[in-house]
Amino acid sequence: MPGYSDPGFDTLALHAGAAPDPATGARAVPIHLTTSFVFESSDQAASLFNLERPGHVYSRISNPTNAVLEQRVAALEGGVGSIAVASGQAALHLAVATLMGAGSHIVASTALYGGSQNLLHYTLARFGIETTFVKPGDIDAWRAAVRPNTKLFFGETVGNPGLEVLDIPTVSSIAHEAGVPLLVDSTLTSPWLIQPFEHGADLVYHSATKFLSGHGTVIGGIVVDGGSFDWDGPRSQGKFAELTQPYDGFHNMVFTEESTVGAFLLRARREGLRDFGACMSPHTAWLILQGIETLPLRMERHMRNTEKVVEFLAAQPFVARVGHPMLESHPSHALAQKLLPRGAGSVFSFDLQGNREQGKKFIETLKVFSHLANVGDCRSLVIHPASTTHFRMSDEALSNAGISQGTIRLSIGLEDADDLIDDLKRALKAAEKAGA
Amino acid sequence: MHIPINGAPIYCYTGGKAFDAAKPTVVFIHGVLNDHSVWALQSRYMAHHGWNVLAVDLPGHCRSGGDAPASVEQGAAFVAALLDALGIERAALVGHSWGSLIALEAAAQLGPRVSHLVLVGTAYPMKVSPALIESALNAPEKALRMVNVFSRSTLAPPSGAGFWVFGAGMALGRKVLHSNREVNLFHRGFVACDSYAHGEQAMAQVQCPVLFALGAQDQMTAPKAAQGLIAMARTAGKTVQVVSLPVGHNQMTEAPDGTLTTIRDFLNA
Repeated sequence: MPGYSDPGFDTLALHAGAAPDPATGARAVPIHLTTSFVFESSDQAASLFNLERPGHVYSRISNPTNAVLEQRVAALEGGVGSIAVASGQAALHLAVATLMGAGSHIVASTALYGGSQNLLHYTLARFGIETTFVKPGDIDAWRAAVRPNTKLFFGETVGNPGLEVLDIPTVSSIAHEAGVPLLVDSTLTSPWLIQPFEHGADLVYHSATKFLSGHGTVIGGIVVDGGSFDWDGPRSQGKFAELTQPYDGFHNMVFTEESTVGAFLLRARREGLRDFGACMSPHTAWLILQGIETLPLRMERHMRNTEKVVEFLAAQPFVARVGHPMLESHPSHALAQKLLPRGAGSVFSFDLQGNREQGKKFIETLKVFSHLANVGDCRSLVIHPASTTHFRMSDEALSNAGISQGTIRLSIGLEDADDLIDDLKRALKAAEKAGA
Repeated sequence: MHIPINGAPIYCYTGGKAFDAAKPTVVFIHGVLNDHSVWALQSRYMAHHGWNVLAVDLPGHCRSGGDAPASVEQGAAFVAALLDALGIERAALVGHSWGSLIALEAAAQLGPRVSHLVLVGTAYPMKVSPALIESALNAPEKALRMVNVFSRSTLAPPSGAGFWVFGAGMALGRKVLHSNREVNLFHRGFVACDSYAHGEQAMAQVQCPVLFALGAQDQMTAPKAAQGLIAMARTAGKTVQVVSLPVGHNQMTEAPDGTLTTIRDFLNA
């Protein structure tokens, strides 16, 4: 596609990484369901294994269908490349495991998806990686939490489910002063709402299960490198030997010498995918690509419906609080206006005036909303975080994450907004009656 | 590895192999706002197939100290100093874009010390529009975007799993630009390309076979802008090979294997 213009987001969502198949002329991306790829010769085989030439060897490491997805998401995020993996959790683990080992330290936001909080608080601690949690808006706390062995800052673009907006420019600036990168989970926003690299983030990941795929059909994750972080810069010198020193496990390669802007991705693929093995099926990659083709259209509708539902809920006397940054009452309202002008996402929470039983009645009365543990589907979803997604967290951790026992989380889908509001009206009425 | 040249540490990527004086040497020279890593999918292969590879970061660029070349002639003098510093009698020179002019001028200065000359994405004269030169100085981010858009011929480059060439080009340009706080490398490189006026004489002085590897859809150094130099080389009786790659100005990443095999076959012939 030669030309003078710089393709826009919608064009990239359809075309980045893909061209008509040269072998068959197929216009849609082919699904390469094969474990491995025939070598042209022994010399070519050796060259592929030694990273001398581009190409695919074994689908745990790379695959042509996955490569299209990886280029497309990198294009939409404004990154240098990405790696598709088995889930969002696998993406977070791959990012962490590529950069550090036992004895390292992470500074992370308290406002995280329960699974991420679990991985950092319990599981990584078992492997010698400690995490200090700080409230995302407490800028001094980010700075104060830095230790000599800190290797990473981590937060979500908007916290799940309270939607505290991460001040990426400020937090990334503190991270860079400390000589460490900022990793951002942008699952709830997708690149249509925010491109974190433009604001200073260094690494971004998605649970592609959510908005990227968009149809609630597959589990997948993807981690994107912005290519901007200086792994052996003056402030980070000595911190990232995994990237800046010869790696015995792969031809004594020094990844920062091999690629000035893609060292993280090289190590993550050559070590992380090879050894941990959390790869994505090409069929999953294809389904996520199908979703991404309509991402701009879907996100626009998600946001339009969300605005209507938030306005409705905010006007209901039986609703104690609606936690969406589009409302002036939300603590992140001003920051959201600045960083997320298209909206702060369609996953948000609200609190009923009633007790736990009334909350239960509310959820069970809903007909259009589905009660399940997912977000970012084209269908509208509902869940009670304290007893499900965040159930392992203590009351204090829940409170820090902006979750109470009465909090209900919605993920607004693509249905007619009037039908969603009717469904919510019926459920609110039933819940109110249950308390009478 | 780093080599002291003119009192400054100069970085050369050697493709994962130590320098071996017994092997033939090939020097890879990058273009404006690039570094050694643009040759990743050619240089590592050559290093593992019988060649000493010296993929340089030009002085003042990224990992290299020293003053960035302000002209093609200064760049060529640096290449000569590099060969002297390592005691290399004879070497093949491979240059891309601005680097192709440096390789041409170095081949002219070094005469029989150059065994092969490979000009990838070349043009002569290599005129840069005044608007782009001005943007490189005053609005480098805008100019970088323009250059990357003009350099691209496809939204689906086969550059290796997961890498997005356009984003990598933007990130590399920013990193190289920020690597030198004293000199605007973007502006200096473009001015050096634009002002080089010794191409005809240089080609006449070249004493080795010459390969032109051009991008058929190249909008930065269009193939027609290389035809004068090609004709001049042929008229002067050089052994000339011209290969057209079906890509734009990102020959090394949009056609990594085609660029590699073209260079490899020429050097090994």
